[in-house]
Amino acid sequence: MAVKSVIEAVREAIREEMARDPKVFVIGEDVGIRGGVFLATLGLAEEFGYDRVIDAPLAEASIMGIALGAAFRGMRPIPEVQFSDFVWPSINQLIGEAARTCYGTNGALQVPMVIRMPYGGGIRGGLFHSQNVETHFFHTPGLKVVTPSTPYDAKGLLKSAIRDNNPVVFLEHKKTYRLVRGEVPDEEYTLPLGKADIKRTGSHITVVSYGLTLHYCLEGAEELAGEGIDVEVVDLRTLTPLDTETILESVKKTGKLAIVHEDNITGGVGAEIAALAAGQAFEYLDGPIMRVCGPDVPTMPFAQTLEDAYMPTADKIADGLRKLAAY
Amino acid sequence: MSITIELPHVGESVVEGTIGKWLKKPGDTVKRYEPLVEIITDKVTMEVPSPVDGSVVRLLAEEGETLPMGAPIAEVATADSPEGAEPETASIEIETAAPDSPGTTGYLLKNVTPVGPTGGAVVEIEEPTGTTADAAATQPAAPAAPVTPAPAAAPPAPSGSTRLSPAVRRLAQEHSVDVSQVQGTGLGGRITRDDVLKFVESGPATAPAAAPARQPAGETSADGEETYITVTPVRRMIAEAMVKSVSEIPSAWSTVEVDVTSLVALRASVRAEFEQKQGSSLTYLPFVIKAVVEALKEFPTMNATWGGDKIILKNRVNLGLAVAAPGGLIVPVLHNADQLSIAGLAAAAKDLADRARTKKLTLNDVQGGTFTLNNTGALGSYLSGPIINYPQAGILTTETIQKRAVVIDDAIAIRSMMNICLAFDHRINDGSEASGFMAAVKSKLQKMAPGTSIY
Repeated sequence: MAVKSVIEAVREAIREEMARDPKVFVIGEDVGIRGGVFLATLGLAEEFGYDRVIDAPLAEASIMGIALGAAFRGMRPIPEVQFSDFVWPSINQLIGEAARTCYGTNGALQVPMVIRMPYGGGIRGGLFHSQNVETHFFHTPGLKVVTPSTPYDAKGLLKSAIRDNNPVVFLEHKKTYRLVRGEVPDEEYTLPLGKADIKRTGSHITVVSYGLTLHYCLEGAEELAGEGIDVEVVDLRTLTPLDTETILESVKKTGKLAIVHEDNITGGVGAEIAALAAGQAFEYLDGPIMRVCGPDVPTMPFAQTLEDAYMPTADKIADGLRKLAAY
Repeated sequence: MSITIELPHVGESVVEGTIGKWLKKPGDTVKRYEPLVEIITDKVTMEVPSPVDGSVVRLLAEEGETLPMGAPIAEVATADSPEGAEPETASIEIETAAPDSPGTTGYLLKNVTPVGPTGGAVVEIEEPTGTTADAAATQPAAPAAPVTPAPAAAPPAPSGSTRLSPAVRRLAQEHSVDVSQVQGTGLGGRITRDDVLKFVESGPATAPAAAPARQPAGETSADGEETYITVTPVRRMIAEAMVKSVSEIPSAWSTVEVDVTSLVALRASVRAEFEQKQGSSLTYLPFVIKAVVEALKEFPTMNATWGGDKIILKNRVNLGLAVAAPGGLIVPVLHNADQLSIAGLAAAAKDLADRARTKKLTLNDVQGGTFTLNNTGALGSYLSGPIINYPQAGILTTETIQKRAVVIDDAIAIRSMMNICLAFDHRINDGSEASGFMAAVKSKLQKMAPGTSIY
């Protein structure tokens, strides 16, 4: 298998699905001539034409509205929000309409679209290029939410998302784009939405994470292995549907749970997983549930020192897990 | 003095760049903001300007070389520095090698540090406290508690005010452990899950001498109309397992009659000798196990599990045996049952049943079952509708052996008859396979007759 980056895996997934199904098209700012600001759609306009890779004006509400209308009419649009920070003008189209359409029409209208959004910080992007937005969509029934951490997962999950008949918010952590490398099979494959992946097995503590911080958890776990603490790392891969079975099985096995994410702590994905474990694995818990998350500040700071202070890192995660192991 | 120029941060998500062309060579003077080098990334190609007035001392990277962000690429002597002075910034050790086989889990590029647009040192923060971590564990009751687990220096368990985690409370109840006897090794002497498990493993002192017949402790409702019995952990686990099986497995049911007259004769013929030799009774169970295990080898899809997009055949035959234990049903597993003789099966089954009743089963004894056998006939049953032991492909019951009038060759004969009942996962097998399996079990049982070796 060839070693690839996340951005290459994303590009391959879109290209293969566009070649497979003429109903699939891309719309977004700079996706055509420029190939996307992160080059996720590089070369696709030349290959498939500018009517399938549409350069949109700087107007997210329109991008989402056009995609939604096309999906109603049987197309399979992939709108790109250039940075997840800019999704807010399109929230009515996305949460107000797309998420509720299938339910509201008793299935008469379906919304087979994938909203791609580069998200997350740690890249010195400052206030408007670093936001974590997943919790808003995680909270919204009717949307699926996917957060891959590796090239292999990104490609397999994106292909499944494009074939799914529901609106899927596909969140790509922009720091993983070129930083994370991994093997990707040459042959066709897809990965099911709603299935977590145990990236490292262990017996003392379960750590649940996704996206960029998943890799920091793996680094932290490796550090602790040298101290005799055996950490299991669960990669959620999709936030919705949430793979409660894998989480609960792991917690029942280890008895201790930590959740790590970059998004701010209050009301986040970690809170929901903590409630899940407390409610359904109470008798197996042998320690308090721990969260290592971004702090409750309005957005990612720009200054290097402050950004470093914000980000969960391998060291911060390892420190937390040491305390949990000693409990 | 001279400064080190580092490969700059050229765009969000970009982590490495290639030296395209040096625009200055060693000895050249350079003005602040004057282009120094052309950098190529998969996102942009750009010229990197010099951050200072000065002269190029040396180039640290060659054209065509790909480096991570933050790597030193050149030294520039500032205008006021004496010649030949050591550069201010020490070189950075760069680790770019990928693991031999990264797998699909992937890896992070190392030592890639975002730096400002024109290079420069990154400030290290001493005490990263910005990330929010919550948990009672971060506010230990005893501040002096060691951060790393140090079982050797465990403080004595404080008696009296012992708070137990839910997991410890459940384990202690399951194993009838008096927690005041357990030495805690957790934070502040807390008793951990492992402490209880080690205490249980450490010896027979924990086992109650003779468990009194359990009279379910009942609580009467206010109006006296109802009595509530607390659900024990074992009862709850059985309940969960049953619900899981019934709600996930579409099971179908079938039964056949087996003429075991010759088997009855076989057992009668070897029983006295066996019991004298082995010191234990010889039941019908090992004969049935033998027949079932051989039939499973012939019908591998009965020794299997539904895997969603595949059917998982189990290469070992590990037969679960349902045993009515004091606390509730338990299903110890006879591992590699296909490798034992009838006498061997008798001994192994007896050992498991004995240990199930005295609560001495190990974890291994109750794991890895691939098919389950339940001798409901021992309870007087004539027909049963068993529930599959999830996630197995089937469960077989053996029913009471009765002498009945049976028609053979148009004559009425008195024969020893036994029903066997099968519930099977209809996702894996259809009626034809199930019937074939039942027919195989039946045929093997009917072939057992005086003269069949049990060793």
